[in-house]
Amino acid sequence: MSDDQITVTIDGTEVQVPEGTLVIRAAERLGITIPRFCDHPLLEPVAACRQCIVEIEGMRKPMTSCSTKATDGMVVKTHLTSDMAAVAQRGQLEFLLINHPLDCPQCDKGGECPLQDQALAHGPPDSRFIDQKRRYEKPIPISPQILLDRERCVLCARCTRFSQEISGDPFIELFERGALEQVAVYEDEPYHSYFSGNVIQICPVGALTSTSYRFKSRPFDLRSTGGVCNQCSAGCNLRVDTRRGGIERQLAADNMAVNEMWNCDKGRFGFPWVSHPERLQQPQARGSLLALEPVSWHGALTTAAEGLQAALDAGGGDAVGVLTGGRLTDEDAYAVSRFARDAVGTDNVDFRLWPRTDDEREVLAAVAGAPGPTYEDVEHADVVVVAGLDPEEEVPILHLRLRKAWRKHGQRIVVVGPTLGTMSEIAWRWVRTDAGDEGRVLTALATGATTGELQDEVAAALGGDGEGAATSVVVLAGERLSRSPGALPSAAMLAQRRDAAFAWVPRRNGARGALDAGLLPGLLPGGRPQSQAGPVADAWDHVPTAPGRDARGILEAAAAGEIKALYLVGVDPVRDFEDPRLARAALEAADTVIVQDLMRTETTAYADVLLPAAAPQERVGSFTTWEGRRQPFPQALPPQRLQQQDWDITRQLARALGADLGWETASDVRAEAAPLMDRRASVAERLAALESEPLPLATAPVPPLEEGELEAVVADLLLAERSTLLAGADDLLATARTPSAVMAPADAERAGVGHGDTVEVRGPGGAVTLPLAVRPHVVEGSVVLPGNALEAPVGTLADPDDPTGRLRVTVAAAPADELEESA
Amino acid sequence: MSEPISVLTQRYDVPDAHTLAGYERTGGYQSLATAFDQAPTDLVSQVKDAGLRGRGGAGFPTGVKWGFTPRGTGKPTYLVINADEGEPGTFKDRELMERDPHQLLEGIIVSCYALESERAFLYLRGEYLWPGVRLEHAIAEAYEAGYLGKDIKGSGVNVDVTLHYAAGAYICGEETALLDSLEGRRGQPRLRPPFPAQAGVYGMPTQVNNVETIANVPHIVQHGVDWYRSMGTEKSPGPKLFCVSGEVNRPGNYEWPMGATAREIVEVSCQGMLDGRELRFWTPGGSSTPLLTGAHADTPMDFEAIMEAGSLLGTAAMQMFSDRTSVVEAARNWTKFYEHESCGKCTPCREGTFWLSQIYDRLLEGRGRSEDLDLLDEICDNIFGRSFCALGDGAVSPIKSSLALFRDEYEHLIAHGRLPDGIEAHTDAVDRNSGHGRPEQLVGA
Repeated sequence: MSDDQITVTIDGTEVQVPEGTLVIRAAERLGITIPRFCDHPLLEPVAACRQCIVEIEGMRKPMTSCSTKATDGMVVKTHLTSDMAAVAQRGQLEFLLINHPLDCPQCDKGGECPLQDQALAHGPPDSRFIDQKRRYEKPIPISPQILLDRERCVLCARCTRFSQEISGDPFIELFERGALEQVAVYEDEPYHSYFSGNVIQICPVGALTSTSYRFKSRPFDLRSTGGVCNQCSAGCNLRVDTRRGGIERQLAADNMAVNEMWNCDKGRFGFPWVSHPERLQQPQARGSLLALEPVSWHGALTTAAEGLQAALDAGGGDAVGVLTGGRLTDEDAYAVSRFARDAVGTDNVDFRLWPRTDDEREVLAAVAGAPGPTYEDVEHADVVVVAGLDPEEEVPILHLRLRKAWRKHGQRIVVVGPTLGTMSEIAWRWVRTDAGDEGRVLTALATGATTGELQDEVAAALGGDGEGAATSVVVLAGERLSRSPGALPSAAMLAQRRDAAFAWVPRRNGARGALDAGLLPGLLPGGRPQSQAGPVADAWDHVPTAPGRDARGILEAAAAGEIKALYLVGVDPVRDFEDPRLARAALEAADTVIVQDLMRTETTAYADVLLPAAAPQERVGSFTTWEGRRQPFPQALPPQRLQQQDWDITRQLARALGADLGWETASDVRAEAAPLMDRRASVAERLAALESEPLPLATAPVPPLEEGELEAVVADLLLAERSTLLAGADDLLATARTPSAVMAPADAERAGVGHGDTVEVRGPGGAVTLPLAVRPHVVEGSVVLPGNALEAPVGTLADPDDPTGRLRVTVAAAPADELEESA
Repeated sequence: MSEPISVLTQRYDVPDAHTLAGYERTGGYQSLATAFDQAPTDLVSQVKDAGLRGRGGAGFPTGVKWGFTPRGTGKPTYLVINADEGEPGTFKDRELMERDPHQLLEGIIVSCYALESERAFLYLRGEYLWPGVRLEHAIAEAYEAGYLGKDIKGSGVNVDVTLHYAAGAYICGEETALLDSLEGRRGQPRLRPPFPAQAGVYGMPTQVNNVETIANVPHIVQHGVDWYRSMGTEKSPGPKLFCVSGEVNRPGNYEWPMGATAREIVEVSCQGMLDGRELRFWTPGGSSTPLLTGAHADTPMDFEAIMEAGSLLGTAAMQMFSDRTSVVEAARNWTKFYEHESCGKCTPCREGTFWLSQIYDRLLEGRGRSEDLDLLDEICDNIFGRSFCALGDGAVSPIKSSLALFRDEYEHLIAHGRLPDGIEAHTDAVDRNSGHGRPEQLVGA
């Protein structure tokens, strides 16, 4: 589509549209809705349903407006002004209805069905069809989550086109021909897609339904509220449909700047935890028998405050540690950030429980609060560098944007790291590095000190005046990059040197808000160092002057008895922290453990006080996307029982400690937080300001591996059974990819193991058994392990006393007795 | 009065014409030297001046179509030979390939040279085993003798031919569906634009031409435009193969100049109607062309005259039916064919043929209703011009025309529940032979 405007006349009214606009879109600009089934604004035209026929002057035949581009001076008559178009449309509708069952009263789509709506608006009152309709066995599952009723299908090919064009999971296809044409899946290839739920939403009839919503409700009995997804940092806009105090379903809401019209299955189907039996329903505290007992909110908060006060009395602010996870809203993150510093007087606060080195601080400080590149910037970039990130597994909608850019304008996507992950389809070049060596390679790409043809080619594409040099580059650095020495600073410097936009892409939805709120030691809201507290010092009574302990430091100090009280907000250290043994030791040793969370977890068993928090759908708040976009969301339903909003619990806890933080509503928190959390200067400007003190770039090569040793790359999967927020989403979990260790063919051969074998992965601290996948998209010398998907966390493999944070393992065929056990 | 001629069929009586020796002995491959001496664009002009029109059914001027192929794009250009002869009643290409495969290869070589293409795909109807055997043999011989491959006979011209067996779908005769099928996808027509000339096989500039069309090319090059135009009519020049079938004494392929009449062809070549019956209705160009009646027997068989008579020359597949044959049954048979062969992509063709077919079943089972005739007519109107490709238009041609020309037979069926006296019923035979009974197959399919 070009910028040139042309003039088209539709039903007697002129409209100006960009050249290349389809007639059906041009009509929409005039508010004329031409009926359609196969047309979808984000899918390529197919002109199959023939419903959108219009009359165009000078054209011999009736034309389908969904596939005809408007030309200057074109005169179009729709069904509103052309008998021919109206008759043609009625004819197509009649055709679609002859084989469509009249089961609207029991069809999920009834009430929100384009076919039903159009039959009502334009269709004949009676059917002239007295013959035999097409009949099929119904329904057939095309995945554990999706059912297909073929006799309802109008064969518009939206689902198959979505799978081919948008998600790239083409295991759903049209089979057969004529009246027997049908949507089907291959016998030996189920429809596996992280985005499969979208095909239900775009189905213009009730042919595709979800197992979890089927026959549950009528659209007109639902109460719909907007929402923002809490499952990752993508920030997909949602429609939350509730009924009788429960969530019946979640749909993708349109936001062309963020998720366009899509979302992933985790965001769509991953809500049953909200009403799950494991949900924390009321405050609890240890009673006389030292067991957790229900108490009043007042009682729980008083007990919690007493525990904190005891710790403060014993060791001051240093004796308290505050950990948060990735699920908090921006308001909660700010509330906890200020609570820790202002009400408790400690800087022992951290939201980063993932494995990391200590050199990420400067970069995170530059990112905090800064507007980063947006989805649209990513889409329009010539070259995108992806490091330490597997978008499809971590931030799925970002994957769809990248795929769109790859498909629409051949975006060159460069993956840097030991694994290509799920990027094999769309990656332009894969710059292989050893695990842990990403930093040195990124530095080389930044400085031009590249080795080898591939690196030269990538470096040339990234900048300079050479042929094929990109005009716009985006560097996407994932959470996983923090694990490799110097890697995050190197990625930032690459962006700096190549005039590229830089984004830090965390996995969890609350991570960016937590960073912006300063939920890490030594940093205040907006990435301000303690020495430059500025407006923070004006807003707060107390600002710490020395950096506190990070997550590991807090847990170590707690295990050593130096920290006496732990305030855990939305975090499960036993599962989330890389070393569960340390986490357990810390929880056992601490005098007071205050857990504020949504669900029962292993950590809640150690709690002295349990404070139940409201789910995102049960409250107001805002989440910040990886881009730095803050998206407020409304309350969709009341809390299940006695849960409260996190910021409010924290506020009341401050009260119980004798501190008044001064807020009464979430808006109050937001009003105070916004000017402190948001910075105008971009990441690039703030990185440039850092140039005086050079970034801690990687210099040392990775120490050589011993014979048979492999470097473990721990990467999370989108769908893992152990995920707390997937509790109850059984159909969704049935679609999960099998967690497996992934290694290169040469390594597998050396280890004498093959694809599909069950292998034992042994590290200095322990071993796990899991299936092996042998794929060429992992470098030799590395093995990729599914971080969040194992019953025995990968953390148990590591040597708890190894300060390098490296995890070196061996892979061998599992001993026979383990095989029997797993069988 | 025209006379039968022998241009494309000139070797049909030579027993070894299908071999390279037989072909060369009878003057084969002589147009190559003439062609290679000229600029490719001059050959396109010649074909344009000769007035050759596509023999696959549409009758589009071949030279004009060739002119759409861009040159100097830096991309390869492909020639695709549509040998997926599927139109009911059509069997002309089959015999051309069986009896004189080298003639087609010669046409391919000259056409590729004219189009500056170095690769031709021969998309052969999958059921055409014998033509396939002959073609495979001929292609091998041509490579052996240096007529195909690199630097043909020292001319510097390169042409490779790939023979591809189709998998049995009528829709794949539609040129864009053919391209999808050739690429290994489901054969369904593509959205146009882009047209194949711009983006065809694998997105490259592609020319799709019928077998008979290409077989004409060497003759034009060798004997010139004036010679070619001496046959046929002003707007439809050249020789034409007429496939005559049905109730005639000697069905078969007969070569006549364009503009010969059905009466001439049937009387002279077919030795009259079977048992001296009277011609009642017939298709001039296959089942996708509207029916004509005995009154049209003297219409010249050229694109213009047949169109004026209300039908289309199509593939010149003349299916001749006598006064003992039911036009309703014939229409039902064709409708079953289209129902079976509709690709399913677009609504009107998929659903419409499904519906029409059931209405015909009811009519012939004596369960017709008076409103069914208007219903048939309206369903046809909702398919015609509304479908994605021409298959839908073709499907309704026999229905619309039979309703217009033989409404009395339909009305008799509805009024009496049986065919008029003197017309034989063949419904059972049709069902036995069609291989596609509907409702049973659909249940639980």
